[in-house]
Amino acid sequence: MYFLRRILFFVPLLLVISMLSFGLLRLAPGGPFDRERAPASAEIERQLRARYHLDEPVPVQYVRWLGDALRGDLGLSLKYRNHSVADIILQGLPVSLALGLLGFGFAIGVGVPVGFFTAMRSGGWADWGGSFLVLVGICVPGFVVGPLLVMVFALELRWFPAALWGSPMQAVLPMVALGLYFAGRVARLMREGMAQTLRSEFIRTARAKGLGEPAILMRHAFRLAVMPVVSYSGPMLADLLTGSFVVESIFQIPGIGVFIVDSSRSRDYPLVIGLVLLYAVLLLVLNLAVDLAYGLLDPRVEHE
Amino acid sequence: MPVPTNALGESPGASLFPSVARRGAAVGEQGRTEAGEEGTSVLFPPRPPSSLSLLLSFLVAWVLLSATGCSRGPDADLTVLNGPDPGSLDPLLVSGIEELRAVLPLFEGLARPDPVTSQAIPALATRWDVSADRRRYTFHLRTNAVWSTGGPITSVDVLYSWRRVLEPTNACQYATLLDPVRGATDFLTGKTKDFASVGIRAPDAATFEVELEHPCAWFLDLCAFQTLAVVPRAAIERHGDRWVMLHPPFSGPYELESWRLNDRIRLRRNERHWDAANTPSRIVDLLAVSSPATALNLYLDHRIDVILDKPLIPAELLPEMAKRPDYHTFPMLGSYFVRLNVTRPALADPRVRRALALTVDKRRLVHRIASACEPADHIVPTATTNYLRGPGQTLDPVQARRLMTEAGFPGGKGFPKLVYLCDSSGGGGARLHERVAVELQAAWRQELGIEVEIRQVEKQVYLRAQRTLDYDLSRSSWIGDYNDPDTFLNLFTSVNGNNRTGWKDARYDALLEAASREPDMARRAVLLRDAETMLVRDAVPVIPLWFEAGFTLHDPARVEGVHGNVLDLHPFNAMRRTAAGRR
Repeated sequence: MYFLRRILFFVPLLLVISMLSFGLLRLAPGGPFDRERAPASAEIERQLRARYHLDEPVPVQYVRWLGDALRGDLGLSLKYRNHSVADIILQGLPVSLALGLLGFGFAIGVGVPVGFFTAMRSGGWADWGGSFLVLVGICVPGFVVGPLLVMVFALELRWFPAALWGSPMQAVLPMVALGLYFAGRVARLMREGMAQTLRSEFIRTARAKGLGEPAILMRHAFRLAVMPVVSYSGPMLADLLTGSFVVESIFQIPGIGVFIVDSSRSRDYPLVIGLVLLYAVLLLVLNLAVDLAYGLLDPRVEHE
Repeated sequence: MPVPTNALGESPGASLFPSVARRGAAVGEQGRTEAGEEGTSVLFPPRPPSSLSLLLSFLVAWVLLSATGCSRGPDADLTVLNGPDPGSLDPLLVSGIEELRAVLPLFEGLARPDPVTSQAIPALATRWDVSADRRRYTFHLRTNAVWSTGGPITSVDVLYSWRRVLEPTNACQYATLLDPVRGATDFLTGKTKDFASVGIRAPDAATFEVELEHPCAWFLDLCAFQTLAVVPRAAIERHGDRWVMLHPPFSGPYELESWRLNDRIRLRRNERHWDAANTPSRIVDLLAVSSPATALNLYLDHRIDVILDKPLIPAELLPEMAKRPDYHTFPMLGSYFVRLNVTRPALADPRVRRALALTVDKRRLVHRIASACEPADHIVPTATTNYLRGPGQTLDPVQARRLMTEAGFPGGKGFPKLVYLCDSSGGGGARLHERVAVELQAAWRQELGIEVEIRQVEKQVYLRAQRTLDYDLSRSSWIGDYNDPDTFLNLFTSVNGNNRTGWKDARYDALLEAASREPDMARRAVLLRDAETMLVRDAVPVIPLWFEAGFTLHDPARVEGVHGNVLDLHPFNAMRRTAAGRR
């Protein structure tokens, strides 16, 4: 019931989001058909606007858009006039999803072990070294990491291609560039969680019982210590899926991130609305999934 | 939906599925093993599913990665960095230089630009007759012209394509190119709905006739212009806006195989094209790279054979790049200039505008900022044909100060602050505009005591502000559409939508009108020269800064058939990798 209510609540939320972005976008100066070359005449410009219904009052345009959207038609892009918004999303979304999930896998796959082991070696040189690297990962932004990776691994060592998308080799550097920051965050969460757990009573009890150290760490401590990572993984996945713009442009990856920035710059109204809604749905669903996962992992959480 | 017939993207090939299935099985096994462990350890709670979710995320990513890339097919025979993604590949809708270059291989008109000189050479028409008064052109179409899908291309197709440009509801931005054709303007502006009144005929399948209002020096350039290329009526009427993506018949030397935004346009040679035997590269990829650094990396990595787009070389690297043997520049028909909004009270006085122009040291500016380009005292580039150059703008700060004093602003006293508007478009462009603005700002402050504020805004905001005359001074540029002074001088007539300075002068309009009616080319050149003098020396609604240089980055040892020409068109059907260029 709880989740049904949550899902039902999506409807008014999406309506408000679409209405707001529709209206705000049209307040921005400049229009989609402002080009270096002006339309040949005022009449041609009128025809052009009429063709895309830009001559109607904004509320009328919104209702028309909503009607089409409910029938699954998000309209034509005004910048890429041979492409529908759906075409663009269907082309770019799988790429961004793949990149985001690779980044997610990298962040978890690197962050969790690093956090785990630095916590175990707390105070030692491994902890210091690991924590320093983690800090670097968090502090250095993607637009620095990306070019550095290209310089070292693509242009100098020639292990990986410098850019473009399509083969697994081409996915490695973008994955690292995208995932490094998150790997750092995960490692810190994991380390703190682990350190805290290891100080708690039930670990002492387990040790007193004579359990072996691996069993204590893996079975008892890890399960509790990883909870902060689990609760962070939802927002992290959302960030990864929606925040790949920089990495996509560095590695020339045909994902959807570039369009988020580009479409609003070029006043491509239908594309902006389509993408805003897509991201809204993505975030809502991910949030819901995190709440769901929380309930499954921790029986104390009840959804009421 | 017939997936393979859609050029939008490729579906995962059948060969992908086995690998996916195998991966799926592996996960299943692992899942069972874990469940088994859980079953045996009653005392201990189940392990968190983080390793499972990790595996799952990699698995899904792998599937998506395969689905989105690996099925691209063979490597291209030629990879060109043409510029940003075109807005469209429909000849009706294109206007940017990168769009024109991308449409060129797909759709062909009566004539096409020569790869070396960019002059119109026979294409769909093998020859043409011109009447004695040069007002009637008769084109004879080749008999072996066919669409990429078979079917002959006839004069009916040409007629449809030209009419489509003029149809007011199609709102073609380039429709005014057909102004020289008799009755075209009236039909375009809706004064008449009768297409028979337009001077275009198709008397038989192999003949196409055009009647002009008056002789037009660049008419054959128009026949080679992409807007007037021949397009397939049936596909357009069946598919609507997305027709070009849905494998329509193509009339040019290439077909569109696929187009993924932000990635590449893939062209495949049209084997039925009459000139297929002389089209060396079978598959051509046009990459859409937006980051200059990435573009250069790919070029240095030999993933790109030719770079045609100048803003894609990082501006900081340009001086370095210019020393490379694979960096080629050539004169082209483009002007970089400043527009002055004459409707602003401060700029209404021509003496003030002239003073501003007289204080700009263009040679110094170009030397410091755009060294490959040619300093400009005129608006019409030096390389233009049918062009006679008259007196232009000069550097004379002393006279400039005198003019300011005469206008009532000695030493700039009492002169309001001006705003210089420029755009922050992508690539190296934004940085260039900014540096120009700073140079001008310094010159005007130093020589005239005038304060100028620089405002850099988003491209769409900049364009709208320029169109609505909501600026004082604004950086501008214009690329010629055809090789004649008219393509530049026509901009500043009182009726031209691209004037955007608020400057109107009936005498200027009359000079251009007289030039367009003048059959004698020498006399016409004199009329155009007088018009230009009026524009740049006397009235000064514009301050030209430089004439653009075209540019290509390519190694002639690796790729041949890349030529610089004044229209900056580089037909791909002439390009090929050499033996050394093939990896």
